[in-house]
Amino acid sequence: MTLCGVRVPMMASLIVWCILWEIVGRMELIFLVPPFTGVLSAAWELLHNPKYLDATAVTLRSFALGMTLAIAVGVPLGILMGRVRAADRLLGMWVNMFVSAPLSALVPILMILFGMGTATVVVTVFLFSVWIIVLDTRAGVQHVPGSLVEMARSYGASRWQLMTRIVLLAALPEILAGIRLGLIRGVKGVVIGQLLVSIIGYGELFELYSRNFLMEEFWALTILLFLFAMLIAEAVGVLEKKIEYYAGVRQ
Amino acid sequence: MGALHRIDPAPAAATILQRPSALDPSAGDPVVQVRGITKRYGGSVEALKDIDLDIPRGKLTTLLGPSGCGKTTLLKIIAGLLEPSSGEVRVNGREVTGPGPERAFVFQDFALMPWATVLRNAAFGLELRGVPRREREDIGRHYIREVGLAGFEERYPHELSGGMRQRVGLARALAVKAEVLLLDEPFSAVDEQTRRKFQEDLLRLVAQEKKTFLFVTHSIEEAVYLSDGIVMLSRRPGRINRIIEPAIDRSGSPDEIRRDKHYLDTVEEIWHGLRDYVD
Ligand SMILES: Nc1ncnc2c1ncn2[C@@H]1O[C@H](COP(=O)(O)OP(=O)(O)O)[C@@H](O)[C@H]1O
Ligand SMILES: [Mg+2]
Repeated sequence: MTLCGVRVPMMASLIVWCILWEIVGRMELIFLVPPFTGVLSAAWELLHNPKYLDATAVTLRSFALGMTLAIAVGVPLGILMGRVRAADRLLGMWVNMFVSAPLSALVPILMILFGMGTATVVVTVFLFSVWIIVLDTRAGVQHVPGSLVEMARSYGASRWQLMTRIVLLAALPEILAGIRLGLIRGVKGVVIGQLLVSIIGYGELFELYSRNFLMEEFWALTILLFLFAMLIAEAVGVLEKKIEYYAGVRQ
Repeated sequence: MGALHRIDPAPAAATILQRPSALDPSAGDPVVQVRGITKRYGGSVEALKDIDLDIPRGKLTTLLGPSGCGKTTLLKIIAGLLEPSSGEVRVNGREVTGPGPERAFVFQDFALMPWATVLRNAAFGLELRGVPRREREDIGRHYIREVGLAGFEERYPHELSGGMRQRVGLARALAVKAEVLLLDEPFSAVDEQTRRKFQEDLLRLVAQEKKTFLFVTHSIEEAVYLSDGIVMLSRRPGRINRIIEPAIDRSGSPDEIRRDKHYLDTVEEIWHGLRDYVD
């Protein structure tokens, strides 16, 4: 970004928005927007609040469980759809439908099925993230160069060796892209799930803060959550770049 | 065997081949026998029709023909990577039903794993067979040296030129110690200088390794320069047009060979033959 011919780093625009937020907050126009510095100090306090730390632990556990399930199911399913025509025909329609469906609407049904607890949240995370992982894995597998597959076959690779040593690795850049997008959707899923169940983790805190008009804490929690989502997406992004360095140079 | 018309390119060349043509199915000890191979793609495209062919052991045989005539198809059928629509292939008398350890394939587009080093790529055939790491890396190193890539063991394919990548493909094929090497236009993606150097290295390897090489190309010069026997395929559907045994005297330097009258005559002869059925 350049401003008046001077190069301004990307962070600068963020600082501008923070200052704007601070000014609007100071003017006390709407109680919904407390000053940014207030939010920051609330965030600092939150980080030392045992209730927050408990909620974080609960949330992280649901998130990690849901994501593990999504990856464990999504990647094999994507590989299956990428390699087997019949599986693709059978499942393609459903995966494409779910990937863009408003899944929040399903959470109340999930609550009936899985109860008002962690299980529902885990399933919500799973349902939010799994489809994009399936689709990206499938795309990656379909783009594995045919000659690499023939090469492995001609040197006597078993089905399993073909999958683990060629297909999985050749499709890794797309699989990781799918997982990165899945993680971001999973964060959405964990928050929406907890909000709707509303008695666990961050959902409970959000509920508590908004009902009591604790706007500083409310925003602090939101920002911490954003930061978390950005950080893990960034981490996978770094891994992706490293992998692409090898796999992306596909002659 | 009506499809086979063997011509003698020049009487002076007949010295090496006094026994019946090694490419003729009646000759002894062919390593690969192709019988009545026909291949149709999707019911309509007929890529190969009634191919009968014997590949003699320990020689370099070339499949020569215009692009799209089914050379790759035939090579992949022999490799066991494609199923013929009818007919059969036998290697050492056993019918081919799939890939086997006695055959190794060198791919036109190299087919290297971009995430693996030169060494791992070269030893990949052995890795798939469960050869212990130390052993397969020793063998891999040996053949990397053989193809002239010593010092590049830890590099990745994208750090190499096209010619060097194909050398890795060749090292991988040699490392599994197959009897028959199937090479599909290995030099087509390589510049002319590299190509000539590569051809000379290949001739040295053929002499040294005592393996059977079945080599696909659409370059007449390359075929005559390298081959003990040239199988000429006609346009689609590919049929064997004729078989030529150039019997080039390879005792001279590469430049001498390329200026040799017999070499030039053979190239010219094939060229005329091709023109006859292209028109
Ligand atoms: N998978 C395929 N499906 C349909 N047609 C094919 C396929 N592979 C090759 N062909 C056709 O078969 C013919 C022979 O192909 P190929 O063996 O690759 O020829 P060459 O290697 O001599 O150039 C070509 O006309 C090509 O278009
Ligand atoms: Mg070809």
